[in-house]
Amino acid sequence: MAWVNAIIQGVLTGGLYALFACGLSLMFGVMKVVNLAHGDLAVVAGYLAIGVITVTHVPVLWSFLIVVPLMAVLGYVLQRTLIQGALDRSVLITLMVTFGLSVVIENGLLQFFTANSRGIGAGLALVSGSFTLGSQIQIGYLPLLIFAVAVVVLLGLQYFLSTSRYGRLIRAVADDQEAAQLAGADYRHVFGIAAAIAFGTVALAGIAYGMYSQLAPTTGTDTILLFAFAAVVIGGLGSLWGTLLGGVVLGVAQQIGAQINISDELLAGYIVFLAVLVLRPQGLISRRASS
Amino acid sequence: MSLATETTARPAEEFRVTRSQRNVAWTGVVALIVVVVFAMLPYIVFSGTTTILVQAFIVLTMASMWNLLAGYAGLVSVGQQAFVGLGAYFVLILAINGFSPFVALPIAAIGSGVAALPLWWLISRLRSGYFAIATWVVAATVMLIIEKFSSIGGGTGLPLPGFAGMDPTLLTAYTYWAGLAVSVVTLAVIYLLLRGRLGLVLTAVRDDEIAARSSGARVGLARMLVFLVAGAGCGAAGGVLAISQLQVQPGAVFSVQWTAVMAFATIIGGLGTIEGPIIGTIVYMVLQQTLASYNAWYLIILGLVAIFVALFARRGLWGLVDEHLNVRLFPVGYWLRTPGSSARHGRRGARGEGAQEAG
Repeated sequence: MAWVNAIIQGVLTGGLYALFACGLSLMFGVMKVVNLAHGDLAVVAGYLAIGVITVTHVPVLWSFLIVVPLMAVLGYVLQRTLIQGALDRSVLITLMVTFGLSVVIENGLLQFFTANSRGIGAGLALVSGSFTLGSQIQIGYLPLLIFAVAVVVLLGLQYFLSTSRYGRLIRAVADDQEAAQLAGADYRHVFGIAAAIAFGTVALAGIAYGMYSQLAPTTGTDTILLFAFAAVVIGGLGSLWGTLLGGVVLGVAQQIGAQINISDELLAGYIVFLAVLVLRPQGLISRRASS
Repeated sequence: MSLATETTARPAEEFRVTRSQRNVAWTGVVALIVVVVFAMLPYIVFSGTTTILVQAFIVLTMASMWNLLAGYAGLVSVGQQAFVGLGAYFVLILAINGFSPFVALPIAAIGSGVAALPLWWLISRLRSGYFAIATWVVAATVMLIIEKFSSIGGGTGLPLPGFAGMDPTLLTAYTYWAGLAVSVVTLAVIYLLLRGRLGLVLTAVRDDEIAARSSGARVGLARMLVFLVAGAGCGAAGGVLAISQLQVQPGAVFSVQWTAVMAFATIIGGLGTIEGPIIGTIVYMVLQQTLASYNAWYLIILGLVAIFVALFARRGLWGLVDEHLNVRLFPVGYWLRTPGSSARHGRRGARGEGAQEAG
């Protein structure tokens, strides 16, 4: 029964990891940008939420209404300035610039907010509450909610990309930037929109992680970025459903690892990641198979 | 005049291809003098100064290796801390088993280079961005595995044994010489590698990878070799780090901070030149020493400067020096000199004719 429990908990945390990963996946899919500051931006969003809640006294759960648009604007601006500037030069420059950004954000947070970790909405019934299934399986409301949010976000993103006007533009630009430009699409603006969406999901991920666990300046790299990347690689590059599957596989691997030995949680996740890298480098769901 | 008479009219010996504009022998002599002066320092300055210089040697070694990876092989690794940590742990393990840490240092370097081989196999099929994060994940995994062995300190680490009863002044001096030796060997190895066949292959790949591959350049092999050498170099730097700190702590030696330091120093100094990391290391050390009392500020400033340099001055500080003075401390490329022109002029001429400096 403990194993069933581990698997259920793993699936639920997998939703959180998929939420981490979808922004990374989207930015790579559209702009071929691997944003190494991805995780740190999630932490920024989490800190922003803490600030918003303290200042405006909005209910914890609704803080995303303020934080997500703010992060989306930040995403558009960053994409149009720093990231586009780097992209115009080369892929290597993009990596160096986003890595620089990551280090600057992490140390900036460390400098201004100390290394202390902080949670969002601790003590809320939603955060600590749970219900039981059978005798041993305990399911928290929050992990369930986060999983549902992840599924809704992925579904929404899929729907948006395949049916809406902007979605078509984004896909067109991702497929062939120059052809789209010739047809009248301003690819820089479209990149900005894609970055805004990606940053919006990053903001949700940051808030969700802050409620689920604790945020510290280093959480962005040693947890969020690496888990997001592992989920993307396990699931398969460029496939949103693959990302959800990747997140779930990572979550289950970690929970099973923790079941074997509590200190093996992280290691088990990474070993599954490396195994996928070696045995099935195209990911569990390859792009071709899904589209 | 037809093209045929134009080319035959010019005697062939007027075109010269040289390594350097100045006499290489002089560069060698100057390098030797610099090394000797540095080697004498423990007799002249206080141990506080040599301790700072040991840090500089560690940064210089790591930055030079990162430059070889990113500047020459196009491999942006964000996981070089894996090898810094491995080097430190090799020294620790050998010291626990009775070796002198100084004897352990070269073994640690080789060990880290060998460890790079399976890691390369894991991540070599990934490109650019995915390669970068994968190296990071690999570094995190290596740390988690090492933390599982309680005999080498588990998650908390151990003090480095092997120095019991050693005079502290002598230890500081030995540490300094070890750091100096590692830096000198690093620069020499990189210089010789880039002058040789590997340098040619890497230059060809940097200019046009597909053309290089179709001309028979073994690109994968060249990249692997660079990754192994960089692993060994960062391992050696990690070994010196362990000796200078007198303890090995997994969180400290496997910190991504090391990759930040090596990347920023390289980018600021000048990516893709051997001189760049040297300049970058000086900038890093000056900033770190001036802002040491302001905690993380020096990394924030370095990061901002590195972003700015990467965007607006791609060739870094050394690029600015080179543009105005036209010098090479480590001539690894070739110069084409056209007839009847001064060296400086010759370079411009060579550029105009499409055959520019390579390397």
